[in-house]
Amino acid sequence: MQRRRIQRVAAVGLAAALATFAAACSSSGGSGSSSSSGSGSSALSGTLNASGSTFQLPFQQAVIQAFKSVQPGMTVNYGGGGSGKGRSDLASGVVQFAGSDSPIPSDEVANFKGKKVLYFPVFLGPITMSYNLSGVSNLKLTPALIADIFQGKITKWNDPAIKSVNPGAKLPSTPITLAVRSDSSGTTANFSLFLMTAAKNWKLGSSSTINWPKTAHAGNGNGGVAQVIKSTPGAIGYVDYADAKASGLTYASVQNSAGQFVAPSPAAASAAGSTVTLKPDLTFAAVWQSSSSAYPITYQSWDLVYQKQSSTNTTKMLKAYIGYLLGDGQKLLTTLGYAPLPSNILSKAKAQLSQIGS
Amino acid sequence: MSAVTQADQAAPGAVPAGGLIGHRGLADRTFQWLALAAGLLVLIILVLIAVSTTEQASSWFSTEGWGIFGTVWDTANNKFGATPFIFGTAVTGIIALVMAVPVSVLIALLLVEVVPFRLARPIVYVVDLLAVVPSVVWGLWGILVFAPWIQHIYAHIGSAVNGIPVLGSLFGPPTSGASFFTAGIILAFMITPIVTSLSREVIATVPTVDREGAYALGSTRWEMIRGVVWPHSQGGVVGAVLLGLGRAIGETIAAALVIGSSPSITSHLFSTGYNMPAVIANQFGESSGVFKAALMGLGVLLFVFTIIVNVLARWAVNRSARRMRGA
Repeated sequence: MQRRRIQRVAAVGLAAALATFAAACSSSGGSGSSSSSGSGSSALSGTLNASGSTFQLPFQQAVIQAFKSVQPGMTVNYGGGGSGKGRSDLASGVVQFAGSDSPIPSDEVANFKGKKVLYFPVFLGPITMSYNLSGVSNLKLTPALIADIFQGKITKWNDPAIKSVNPGAKLPSTPITLAVRSDSSGTTANFSLFLMTAAKNWKLGSSSTINWPKTAHAGNGNGGVAQVIKSTPGAIGYVDYADAKASGLTYASVQNSAGQFVAPSPAAASAAGSTVTLKPDLTFAAVWQSSSSAYPITYQSWDLVYQKQSSTNTTKMLKAYIGYLLGDGQKLLTTLGYAPLPSNILSKAKAQLSQIGS
Repeated sequence: MSAVTQADQAAPGAVPAGGLIGHRGLADRTFQWLALAAGLLVLIILVLIAVSTTEQASSWFSTEGWGIFGTVWDTANNKFGATPFIFGTAVTGIIALVMAVPVSVLIALLLVEVVPFRLARPIVYVVDLLAVVPSVVWGLWGILVFAPWIQHIYAHIGSAVNGIPVLGSLFGPPTSGASFFTAGIILAFMITPIVTSLSREVIATVPTVDREGAYALGSTRWEMIRGVVWPHSQGGVVGAVLLGLGRAIGETIAAALVIGSSPSITSHLFSTGYNMPAVIANQFGESSGVFKAALMGLGVLLFVFTIIVNVLARWAVNRSARRMRGA
């Protein structure tokens, strides 16, 4: 008798557990309780999951924090992992949006099975050429010099080629140590894209990992490269502006396509954004822009969202969150070391919001 | 088991015996099935992992063919040769073994043959403590503390031996704090506990009669170890070493942090290198297409290597165990 009762309790418990599990499966993580409906300002509840670009991570964290006061019922999770991981997570339906520093490459298009992906540009950011040379504070570099340095052709700081661009500087005979990324990275992809575009003598191609000279020292993440530069006299490396500032690194001015030497800053990155050729799907490349005040190694990041959404609640949540990201969220950018989007791109991105779920 | 059964049957029958036995029969069978299922589950998961990774890696195997063993890894130009990573895995594994094995075997001999049991215990604890340090902690310590410290030593050794035929090409410049050698040292720390504790167990199985026989014939402790303990435990120690190697070649995050991340095939042990687990961990995030398939394929190769090493290790341990039972 006793045993039978236990069995019955167990059976009920099991059934309940199965029901919960089934419910959790059918809602596919995207939607919570689809409560009140109406305009975008109404209270939403549920969870949005996202992953991808680590370049976006600090910004997403700040926006998620601020967004809590707007929609307290919504939870947004942004896991990093890299742009490639974000795109494959989106393709396999693990996340509702993905951060990516590059448009979807041609060999990945098939993964999305013909479903339309919307690109929402989020911000711009400069990649600094940070270096560690005591007594040299105002280094100037041309794309050709950067290419030769990162191909191991120029190996000493007092090389005549560097001297001719920096006539006043006291350059020591210290050997140059390259600081590069050990992990595959959107920063590497955009830095090498810059060299491909701007330097004819660049031979190593453009990819998320590059076959650097064997003497290069590798660090994990922008922070890891910054650490290598900081601890190695004579080092030079490519670090995104926010991390370079946070680590207190010195960085060079780089010659842009108008012939001007421009130091990296959010304003110089926004200037680069103002002249980009915007494709209909809102993709573009911000490196090597023509404006005379543009910083030439500027890159960008997008949030990728499927146009078709299976649940109306997910659609509402995506519109609310990405709308906030492109609205009030943009005000958080400059303090974090990113550059806000120019208004023409921003307004097009906002207009595209209505396409989600249609 | 049988004692319990008898006791139960002897107990005065408060519950009808038939019901009890029927119940127990069901419980026994259920337990048997559950245990079998648990065992099979592991096997099935392993097979599924092997099948799905191989399938995901197929585009690498098909586009590169034997080129998978090429020497160039250049993702910008779509060249995905695995040899630099296989080389790095072998080199770091060998460095780790060369450093860890003598130390581990000596510790094991010390514990069993030299110090009394009461003193042996704390030493065992300390050695085992090395095994509970998470590998990411080893890696961070390696890159933030150990590598900056040892790079000066590398640089001094490098400039001292530069130009000397063999030494120069092994230890000469270019030197770097994060290198094959640093990774080897960190891995040596990590495999010392497992090699020590397995060797200790093997050495402890040497029959006391044999040891005392050797002493009775007038041998010193060293002669006894060489003549009795070593022949007896040789096979088991080899097995322990191979299991340590299995751990060393699969270790990921510590190696990824301290190896220097430069795919190169070189005799210079103090220069930056790369190994198989590290490249997978580092480059997976931004990979796509054949690049991703190649990383998956490296995983498959690594899986195969670790299985081979582990099977060899088990075989060596079992063989020596059998021989010892025979003795």
